[in-house]
Amino acid sequence: MNKKIAAAMLSACVGFSLANVAQAEEGPIKVGILHSLSGTMAISESTLKDTMLMLIEKQNEQGGLLGRKLEPVVVDPASNWPLFAEKARELLAQDKVDVIFGNWTSVSRKSVLPVVEELNGLLFYPVQYEGEESSENVFYTGAAPNQQAIPAVDYLMNDVGVERWVLAGTDYVYPRTTNKILAAYLKSKGVADADVMVNYTPFGHSNWQSIVSDIKSFGSAGKKTAVVSTINGDANVPFYRELANQGINAEDIPVVAFSVGEQELSGIDTAPLVGHLAAWNYFMSVDSDTNYDFIDEWIDYTGKEDAVTNDPMEAHYIGFNMWMEAARKAGSVEVDAVKDAIIGVSVPNLTGGYATMMPNHHITKPVLIGEIQDNGQFSVVWQTPSTVAGDAWSDYLEGSKDLISDWRKPMECGNYNVVTHSCGAQQSVATQ
Amino acid sequence: MPSETDDAFVRSPWMAFLMSISVATMYRGCWQWMLLVCLLSFPLFAAAQSESATGQSARLSDGAAQSLLTRLAEARNPAKPAVIDEIAMSGDARARGWLEAFSASKLARLKDAERFLIIDNNRGREWAVSDALSGESAGKVSRRDLKTLRSNNSLRGHIDGVLSMIDLSSPDAEVRLAAARGLRGSVDEAMAERLPSLIEQEGDDAIRATLKEALAIQQLEANGDPAALDTLSGSLNAAAIAAINGAAVSDDPQLAQAAKVALAGIEQKLQLNSGLETLYFGLSLGSVLVLAAIGLAITFGVMGVINMAHGELIMLGAYTTWGMQQLLPGQPGLALLLSIPAGFLVAAAVGVIIERSVIQHLKGRPLETLLATFGISLILQQLVRTTISPLNRIVVTPEWMSGSLMINEALSLTLNRLYIIGFALFVFAGLMLIMRRTRLGLEVRAVTQNRAMARSMGIKATRVDIMTFALGSGVAGLAGVALSQITNVGPNLGQNYIIDSFMVVVFGGVGNLWGTLVAGMSLGLLNQFLEPWAGAVLAKIVVLVFIILFIQKRPRGLFPQKGRAAEG
Repeated sequence: MNKKIAAAMLSACVGFSLANVAQAEEGPIKVGILHSLSGTMAISESTLKDTMLMLIEKQNEQGGLLGRKLEPVVVDPASNWPLFAEKARELLAQDKVDVIFGNWTSVSRKSVLPVVEELNGLLFYPVQYEGEESSENVFYTGAAPNQQAIPAVDYLMNDVGVERWVLAGTDYVYPRTTNKILAAYLKSKGVADADVMVNYTPFGHSNWQSIVSDIKSFGSAGKKTAVVSTINGDANVPFYRELANQGINAEDIPVVAFSVGEQELSGIDTAPLVGHLAAWNYFMSVDSDTNYDFIDEWIDYTGKEDAVTNDPMEAHYIGFNMWMEAARKAGSVEVDAVKDAIIGVSVPNLTGGYATMMPNHHITKPVLIGEIQDNGQFSVVWQTPSTVAGDAWSDYLEGSKDLISDWRKPMECGNYNVVTHSCGAQQSVATQ
Repeated sequence: MPSETDDAFVRSPWMAFLMSISVATMYRGCWQWMLLVCLLSFPLFAAAQSESATGQSARLSDGAAQSLLTRLAEARNPAKPAVIDEIAMSGDARARGWLEAFSASKLARLKDAERFLIIDNNRGREWAVSDALSGESAGKVSRRDLKTLRSNNSLRGHIDGVLSMIDLSSPDAEVRLAAARGLRGSVDEAMAERLPSLIEQEGDDAIRATLKEALAIQQLEANGDPAALDTLSGSLNAAAIAAINGAAVSDDPQLAQAAKVALAGIEQKLQLNSGLETLYFGLSLGSVLVLAAIGLAITFGVMGVINMAHGELIMLGAYTTWGMQQLLPGQPGLALLLSIPAGFLVAAAVGVIIERSVIQHLKGRPLETLLATFGISLILQQLVRTTISPLNRIVVTPEWMSGSLMINEALSLTLNRLYIIGFALFVFAGLMLIMRRTRLGLEVRAVTQNRAMARSMGIKATRVDIMTFALGSGVAGLAGVALSQITNVGPNLGQNYIIDSFMVVVFGGVGNLWGTLVAGMSLGLLNQFLEPWAGAVLAKIVVLVFIILFIQKRPRGLFPQKGRAAEG
């Protein structure tokens, strides 16, 4: 750490004149936005860019941060994972941004990770993910599996009485890890292997006929059955259409999805989907005044009366406010100062409560289960009584359950093994 | 019980029996009471029905209605079903509206006020509402001021059951049959008490059989009744099979044995049906592949142009469908039919532009054509993303295309895919006609076989090029119209089909339309027969490997062109 600071100071002395340094401090604070604006992920990520621009614009109207204006620096990594790393390097090394808000897919985050660690940047990651990661330079404002998947399964098991489970997902790291955690969790609750069906499909899968038919026959074994879906992106629309056409409704076999939000539903005719579930930490339909204000701002900003808000947008809202709060607390936007100051910072979320940054760089969130309605919104049917703190390392996987993450001094370790009492026993349980 | 309901009790057509249900539930286990109530409600029910024919219906006083709805709003979830029954029993003509609104989470209360509202339109920030009691429109209310009564799956199931029971006394046999079908698997104890007399009254055989099944499912699940098992054996209904499956693992060894025998009988029928189902799945996937590939079979197969933007032409066809539906709101069916010519024309027009601006300059340079058209595909995608939206668009499936055609309980064919199979064959037949029977077809074949000779015979080769490319592109647009009914309409639509399309054309034999049909269908079937064992990911890989090996053996595909044309 000291070495890094020394190097930074040295390069500052060599590279810039004193006047330049002074000017840099007087200039605007640069906020990097690293979201795909083209390619397959543009569908989800471009709204997050707009959210950030809206938040920054609003903050500038209120006088900026620490007496300085905020200046957004937008780059387009074009849904191309290696390009994410290049663009992150460009933001940190060339544009000298003070913080980055960005990424959607886990693979893009993994690609950016070494860059932000090497150049000591700050990255706020707003999307639900599979966990099994903790970085000094990354703040995870989306849900870890224990803030989304596990409570959803609890709800189905205890409140709906589900005994048979279909774990359906797209074939990549997030669904595979989440399903591995869920399978271990179900096993620990006494669910027999024969009552769990796991199914993976390729990206963009559109021919769901035989899978839905399998699910139908799996569900006719005399036990209440539910589908836990980690199906990603575009594949959802044909999946739900096939469900409706084959006459499976939510009262028979409910589907709980972790990747279907308001924005995905805006591309589907939801009338046949009424009653299917989603688990998130925020829904646009949440009845709270902060939420209504946020929606009004968003509609004004986009100029579209039918614009929707969703969970990752709330995560950016929280992350942005937390970062500003930490900068005010530290009195500067310098990366190391903000990193230290942000732990323990609490800011309001949009569901009427507070989110706190935990020492493991995850935040506290309420978990909401919503049922799809015919207007493309969710109606909340269940929520956790209080907020849940994100867990970087799952308690249900071998090799990960002994690990904790705590970035406070003096521990400063992302993967401390509480059995061997050592830091750095990097386990690669998740990345296969 | 308030006096209003007493009054209503005699008038409503269906409340009498619901009354018996709830009273029976109250005195669960008390047989004498139940019998008594059933006997009592019989004549009442008959009287009620004759009265309802005169068009009179009961109406609660506003105070009573308000108090019922307040109880519905304030009861905790486990207590809500009882209130729902009470509302249904009230005999009020508005009750059905309240329950349906509640079921759809469209019953709301003003915050800080007692008034109940039914939400007529819940899109946007201002919701159109009407008064739940008077039924009059109450203008628009900000959603900030509304507190919605939240329903959930189990309450919705309960309401469906209650409404189905009401529907069973509808004069319309269709309604009764639908209600009876809906009851299978969702009969509860209280309903089971009432069903036998309803079965007796029922005149229609099919409805009576369905009701008997519904009752038997409940009795097998609740009491392990062997007689119920007899009724159900041979049934292919999912709920019935679930009940028998449950019985097969019951503690009663005799029942379990009987259930296993029944299952074995069903198993055979199920296997046959699932075989037929897989065949149907294969044909429908095959017809999607044929549709996507057949345009390419013309541009790539006949003209020899490697058009990587083919997928985007499909996408444009799908967006045309969306645009049509925007132009004709409320008439998705008509819009879809009009999209068929419109999609063809839009895609054909774009095809002509691509041909004139790029492809004609790259004649005979396949690598450059490939790269240039790939570039065009990216441009078209981003164009849609920036001008329309990066988000998927909703294309509504018309009523007559949704749901499925039930062959028997275990085999139903999804209608949208049935239509697509028909459409694919129709497009194929149309193309065959054009290629074989029209002057254009003749000229196309002449130009592709020997361009110089054709020109010297007076055929305008350039014009034929344009027409052929327009035809191929237009057919891609048609594929887009069809695909809009089964998949996303978004900027990435085309990418998902381009590889498959090339695969089909190459496998079928370049330049042969029959080859494309056979190849598409056989790849669809192969994929669907592999999928149940291998999983979707592996099935796709196996198909790909199979094609690679096949092409090694027969480089010109299933139906190679023969003669001099093949050497050109």
